[in-house]
Formats: sequence, structure tokens, C-alpha cells
Amino acid sequence: MGTKHTATELEHGHATHHDHAHDHDEHHETFVSKYVFSMDHKMISRQFLITAVIMACVAMTMSVIFRMQLAWPGEKFAFVNALLGDKWAKDGILDPNMYLALVTIHGTIMVFMVLTGGLSGTFANLLIPYQVGARDMASGFLNMLSYWFFFVSSALMLGSCFIEDGPASGGWTVYPPLSALPEAIPGSKLGMTLWLVSMAVFIISSLLGGLNYIITVINLRTKGMKMTRMPLTVWAFLITAILGVLSFPVLFSCALLLIFDRSMGTSFYLSDIYIGGRPLDNVGGSPILFEHLFWFLGHPEVYIVLLPALGITSEVISTMSRKPIFGYRAMIGSMLAIGFLSFIVWGHHMYMTGMNPFLGSVFVFTTLLIAIPSAVKAFNYITTLWKGNVQFTPAMMFSIGLVSSFISGGVTGIILADSALDINVHDTYFVVAHFHIVMGLSAIFGMFAGVYHWFPKMFLRMMNKKLGFLHFWITFISAYGVFFPQHFLGLAGVPRRYYTNSNFPMFDNLVDINEICTAFAIIGAFGQVVFLFNFFYSMFRGEKAPQNPWNSNTLEWTTPVAHIHGNWPGKLPVVHRWAYDYSKPGQEHDFVPQTVPLAEGEHDGGEH
Amino acid sequence: MKLLVLLAIVLLIIAGHQLLRIIELSRGLKKTKEWQLTNSDNNLMGRGMLIFMILFFVFFFWQILRWRERALPSSASEHGFKIDWLWDVNMNYIVIPVFLITNFVLFWFAYKYRGNTNNKATFFAHSNKLEMLWTVIPAVALAFIIIFGLKYWNEIMADASDPNRITVELYAKQFDWTARYAGKDGKLGTTDYRQISGSNSVGMDTSDVLGHDDILVKNEFHIPVGREIELLMRSRDVIHSAYLPHFRAQMNCVPGLVTAFKFKPVKTTEEMRKDPYVIQMMAGINKQREKEGKEPVIFDYLLLCNKICGASHFNMQMNVVVESEKDYNVWLAKQKPVKAMASK
Ligand code: HEM
Ligand SMILES: [Cu+2]
Ligand SMILES: [Cu+2]
Repeated sequence: MGTKHTATELEHGHATHHDHAHDHDEHHETFVSKYVFSMDHKMISRQFLITAVIMACVAMTMSVIFRMQLAWPGEKFAFVNALLGDKWAKDGILDPNMYLALVTIHGTIMVFMVLTGGLSGTFANLLIPYQVGARDMASGFLNMLSYWFFFVSSALMLGSCFIEDGPASGGWTVYPPLSALPEAIPGSKLGMTLWLVSMAVFIISSLLGGLNYIITVINLRTKGMKMTRMPLTVWAFLITAILGVLSFPVLFSCALLLIFDRSMGTSFYLSDIYIGGRPLDNVGGSPILFEHLFWFLGHPEVYIVLLPALGITSEVISTMSRKPIFGYRAMIGSMLAIGFLSFIVWGHHMYMTGMNPFLGSVFVFTTLLIAIPSAVKAFNYITTLWKGNVQFTPAMMFSIGLVSSFISGGVTGIILADSALDINVHDTYFVVAHFHIVMGLSAIFGMFAGVYHWFPKMFLRMMNKKLGFLHFWITFISAYGVFFPQHFLGLAGVPRRYYTNSNFPMFDNLVDINEICTAFAIIGAFGQVVFLFNFFYSMFRGEKAPQNPWNSNTLEWTTPVAHIHGNWPGKLPVVHRWAYDYSKPGQEHDFVPQTVPLAEGEHDGGEH
Repeated sequence: MKLLVLLAIVLLIIAGHQLLRIIELSRGLKKTKEWQLTNSDNNLMGRGMLIFMILFFVFFFWQILRWRERALPSSASEHGFKIDWLWDVNMNYIVIPVFLITNFVLFWFAYKYRGNTNNKATFFAHSNKLEMLWTVIPAVALAFIIIFGLKYWNEIMADASDPNRITVELYAKQFDWTARYAGKDGKLGTTDYRQISGSNSVGMDTSDVLGHDDILVKNEFHIPVGREIELLMRSRDVIHSAYLPHFRAQMNCVPGLVTAFKFKPVKTTEEMRKDPYVIQMMAGINKQREKEGKEPVIFDYLLLCNKICGASHFNMQMNVVVESEKDYNVWLAKQKPVKAMASK
């Protein structure tokens, strides 16, 4: 990895380090204020990460259970019975209602708790103050609240799995009337109420976090940190936070109206329904309204999930290729374009609801537009590798994995966006394959890349490289192995959310495809044990982290290898250049930290 | 026995612990740290990327070869040919080439430019020309997709206008389908969900005489080949979705709304059963059924539910029989009108 630098060498160029003008208040730290109700962005970031890791393990276990049901329906699995009990898995055979419940909670946890709360919560918290050169978030208190709302929301979601009638089971999109009527499915009794409360709390958490991120980026940048010098991670977190702040309130009202319909007899989403042996009084509402409100959040949400992963990857790919990210400004531009467009494409989830075909056409147009900035990003990543000096750290490997899966999942998005083609694959496994490849692969890989890359800043120790390699290959191979074959299920017309595909003959010839998916899912799940071991072991026993293990330019690597209040012991660092001066001609080393002043006649921002 | 297992676990933990201790102690002696990348790491992982790419592409083509023949048979409806054509063009000329080429370049670069302490990366931060290039090329490809996609979409989704069309209502409820035909007067009676009862399962408005000759069928409904079929969809309880994969047709059934989809079947069930592609597909299905000790089946068109609707969502289908107009009329004549059923 090029030449090694000592801590003092790194700080050359600004001497401010030595005067301790700022007094960092390390006084009276109790266990509770340090580890529990902490207001420090670094601690909150770790809290988010560990909560998300636990939630991800739960959701992954759920997926293994329902994948086994799909591959071997009717087979008896003692461990399923041990986990779910006689009520939901008598003799080890999964109950159909529980199947739907598991699918629902798996999706909800993965999308919201892991990839929204976990991903943004961890890395926006860790990196925004570090990388813009701030002592902490704008409001440590709101930041703390954001975590604890997240914690309560996660706990409620988990808790809802242990109640009499089972958790919510109408799918992660919880379309009414299924989710509104307790007679329709057992999961729409108390389980659905808990789901809605949990989501409401989650939204509060997300809004508190998001506002904080935005304000911090706008107000607390250190001297010299112009917007156009910010690392792409920070740009990504900023745009993500803006998307969240604008779209989550809509989900909140969407959920609120559903709560009203469920418990106060209103009819926002209900009309002309006969269920449980009687006609309901509700008339005039429309379930389609729910879908509009839900997807008005739902589509931005998928980019809320993806953009932070892309931000992390931009940083990792540039650092580890020892090259500037290709097309820095184009990257920002495409993120802004994606952010804007993601608000006007939600209808592509609703082509088959009977919407006016002209309206559908508009959504086709806007949706396909969004593919352009997405393509630009992919090409720019690839060009960054070109003539690089690629360092295959585990983080880098996951980033390359992200680019690959972003392409593989993005191209099927283009098919789905075409309403005429969507007619026959909407709600089939083709869609399942599409979104798992972009979320279950790309976004998750981005998260792994972030963990491997910034572990030294989070836990002050290094993760084991070899275990990282092993983890990467198992995960990469098995993740594609699970989801790629599902395209072919979709082409055979298999609907999603079916408890079994062998109840009638049409799909009998697809048994082996389902078995392959499940086999890879099991291998992949075991592969995560490697990660868990490496993660927790390295946290306590890993090698001590040096100042700047990856020879990186960004500001977080100028902070001491310790967690101190205010991040920098002396004055805040001053920024003199963009974050991507890697292998710049005429420089001694293959990296130039942002704190190094520009030399006489030297240009900033990639010109030379 | 339990004790033995316990003992084994304890021993394993101790052994593991000792092993880690040794590793930890020995790493203090080494000059390079475990986490630092060496040239051989980069070589190994760079080659790994290349090998992965090859395996990935092999897997991709293997799947196509093996599973291509399990995809739905070619369209059994007129508009479906357009969808199939558009699908093939998009897939074969845009999606698959882009997928293969960009993945290839990605993994190739990763391999080719794998790091080495003697190398230095080229400082190449941007190029307006290149960025322009890959904004314009996708835009052109997408323009093609949009133009054809929307042309077909508007044709397919236009309101049914053929005066000769046959209107069938599909009524969804947890967890089955009912098809309703207009009967002799050619008009469907109006409905009122408040009148739903055991003998009025689809909620016909009994005061509307237009509905008295309507025909209700379950389990299987028939349609004639070559005539435009207008499907109207209603739901009693939650959202369902009427999915007719062989006809490339789908539309949600939403309580409180009537949705519609029109299509023209071009192959009878019998013709499909004789189609070579369908024959090999059914052979695959029957081979698996034999393995599981189930009796063999013959091809049938199916209507499936494709929107999560409750515990038996997976078990909500109805057979569709496409036959000649003559057979269809014979079949229809045998069905009893609603009034006759109610008074029975
Ligand atoms: C090139 C960009 C993309 C396009 C054009 C696109 C298009 C679409 C379309 C049209 C659908 C609806 C399919 C259907 O239900 O029939 C869809 C579903 C979905 N997409 Fe994408 N997509 C893109 C990228 C992404 C990304 C980056 C993510 C997430 C990280 C994502 C996540 C999802 C999810 C979660 C669903 C399914 C939601 C559900 O029904 O449960 N997509 N996509
Ligand atoms: Cu979307
Ligand atoms: Cu249904």
C-alpha cells in the first residue's frame, strides 16, 4: 500500500495541531452518558451499526426459513419448529400465515431498519462531522433522540413477532384493505397496529436524523470546505437526508390515515367491502390513494437506501484505485438528478392498478430518465478503475461487487419501467430479482464496504483481512446465486408471495430453480458468521489501527486514533483542496490530504 | 451423552481460544501487519475477480440454456405478440449486451489494474467528452425503449371498442374467482355489495332485471378464440390481481372500483396442447410430478391471483378454456342464469 506515513507527517502543512485552545470536555463521563444516552456522533454511529447488525441477523434468519419452505414445501424442519413453536410451525411445517408474516417482517426490517436506519444512521453519523471537519452533529441531543427512537421502533418491530396473532403479514408495502381489516388476515390484528406504531416511531427517528445531517453539512463545514470540495460520501448523505425529510412525512400521513381507518371507522382507503360475513359501512375511500401515498415515499426510499451505499463506494473506489474519482462534478450532478427524479416516478409501481394509461405513460418517461444519471454513475466508477493501482481491501472488493450488482439490477429496472413489459412481470419473481439485486446486493455491499473501510475509525482497531476476503467471496457468489435464478422464475410467470409453488401443476418444473436459490441462501447465511466473528472479535482484539491505514485524503484520518469529544484536539483542520488528489503528478506520495495547502500554481479539483 | 457434547464444546472453545492466542502473539513479531495488502494479495484477488467474471458469465449462459424452455410459451393473445417482440428486442439488443459488456469491463479493469507497489495510477479526473458520450448513448437507447413501449402500452390499454366483443366480469374474493357473463340480453346487471349473501355471492343488485339472465361460473370459464374479450374486474374484500400469464394480461381487482383489461385469444386450449414447446414443457412438469408420485396433467390456461391477499393467496386460481366459437356457444347455453339459480 504505497509508502507508510506517521501521524506527524500527515499533519504537515498546518501547525494548528499543537495549540490546545479548544478544551475538550472529558469531565464526568458516566457509563450511561458514554455508552447509553450518548450525544457523541461516533458513539451514536456505533449504536446504529450494532442495532442494525442484530436486526439484519434476525431478518436473514427469517429469509432462510421461508426460502426452505419454498424449496421443500411440506418438509418437516425441527429447527423451524424450535424457533416458531407449535402454533406457527406444527411438526416443523411452516404455517401459511406465518410465511406471509415472515416475508413481511423480513422486508420491513431489511428496508427500513437495516438499509435506512442502519446505513444512514451509521455512516452519516460517523462521517458527516468527521469529513466536513465538525466537532459533532449540529444537535447532539436530537441525534441521541434519533437513535433511541430507532431503537424503540426496532424493538417494537421485533416485539410484534411474539404476540398471539403474529406480526403484520400484508407484505412490506402493507396495502389496505388487507392491512386494514382484522378479518382479512390474522396479521392485521394487533400485529399491524404494532407495525404502524413502529413505523411512526421510525419516521420520527429518521426525520430527526435527517434534519441534523442537513444542518450539519450546511452550517458546520470547516474553513475551506466548500461544497465543491466535499467528499462524495457527504454529498450522498446530504441528498439522502433531503429525500428522507421530504418523503417520510408523506409516509407518516399515509400510515396515520391507515390507523384512522383501522381504529376510528374512517374510510380513507375503504369502500364497498364485504368481509367476515357482513358488508362494511365504509364507502368512498380508495386503496389506490394508499398506494400513491406509500410509493411517494417508497420510490425515494429505494434511493435513500442506495445513495449512501454509492457515496461510500465512491470514496472507497477512488481511495483504493489510488486515483481521483472520475467525473466528480458529474457524480454530484447525477446524484442531484436522481434525487429530484425519484420524486416523480412512483407511479411505476402502480401500472397495473387500473391507473389512466396516459398517467402511466408519464411515469414511464420519468422512470426511464432516471436510468441516465444511474448509467453515468456506473460508467464513472468503471473509469475510475481504469489505469488505477487497485488495492483489493475487503472494502474495495465489496465496492466492485456493488458496481457489478448495480448494473445487473439496474438493467432489469429498465425493463420494468416499460409499462407494456411490466404487464406480464409485475409482482412476479422478476421484480423480486430486480430489487434484491439492487438492494440486497448493492446497498448491502455498500454497507459492508463502509464497515470494513471505517472500522478503524469506529473501533480503533483493524478487521482481519483474510476473513474479509473469505466473507466477500461467499457473500458475492451466494447473493448472485440466490437472486439471479429468480429472473427465470419470473419469466415462467411465478407470482411473488406464494406460500408454495407446488399447490397446482403449473410450476412443478421449477422445483430445481427454487432449490438452487435456497441452497445459496443457506450458504450465504453461514458466510455471514465469518463476518460476525471478524466484526466482534476485531472490535476487542483486532490489531490497533494506525493513523491513516488506507493512505486516504479525507479529514477523518487526521483525527487522533482515539475517541475524543470534539474530534480534533486542537483547532479544526483547514481544508485547502478537494478530497481526490490521489497519484497527482508532481507530488511525493500517491495521496495528498485535504489539509495540505495548494502549492504555488497548483490547481484544485482535478486540474493539473 | 449430553455431558460428552458439552465437554466437546468446552474443549473446542478452549482450543479455539488458544489458537487465537498463538495467532495474536505471533503477529506481534511480524513486520507487516495482517491487514496490510501485499502484492500477492492484490494479484490473488485481481485474478479472483477475473475468475469470478468467467464463472458468472458461464452461470448466466448455463441458466439461459437450461431454463429458457421453462419460460412461458409464446403469447396466446394478439397483443401479447407485441409484448414478446418488445421484450426480446429490449433484452437481446439492450439489456443483455449492456449487462455483459459493462460487467466485463468492470472485472477486466479490476484484474488488469490490480495494485502493485511498483505501479502508479494515472491521474485522470474527468473528461467532458467521455461523460457526454455516456449520457447520450443511454439517452438514445432509452428513447427507443420509450417510443415503442408507449406506442404498445397505449394500444394495449385503450378502452375496448370492438362492438363484437365479449364482456366477462372476474369477481375476486378470498380465495376464489367467479366469472360473470351477460346472458341473453348482452348486458351485465348492476351490483350492490350490500346485497351479498350466501345465494348472491357476487353482490348482484336483485332489483336490476338486466342481471337476471347473467351467468355465474366458478373453477373454470370459457372464451372463444379470435374474439376480443373485455375483462372487467371487481373485488369483494381486499386487493387481488387477475393475472393471465399466457395471455400477457394482468390487472388489479380493487374493492370499490371496476378495472378493465381487453385481449384477443389466438390459440385454443387444444392448439396449445399440441404446440411442441408446450409439449416439452408439460413433459418437464410431468417428469417432476412422477418423481413426487403425483398423476400427470395436461396443459391448461390459468388465471392466477397476483396480489398478496391472505393466507391462501397461493391457492387462488381458475382454469381458462379457449375454444372455437361454436364450442363456446354450446358451453354457454348449458350454463344456468342467475335467476334460475337463485330460485332453485
Ligand atoms: C435504473 C434504475 C431503476 C429503475 C428504472 C427501476 C424500476 C423499477 C420498477 C418499474 C419497479 C416496479 C416493478 C413492478 O412492481 O412491477 C421497480 C421495483 C422495485 N425497485 Fe426498482 N428501479 C431502478 C433501480 C432501483 C434501485 C436502485 C432500487 C433500490 C436500491 C430499486 C428498488 C426497487 C424495489 C424495492 C422495487 C419493488 C418494490 C415492491 O414491489 O415491493 N430499484 N423498480
Ligand atoms: Cu420505484
Ligand atoms: Cu387473491
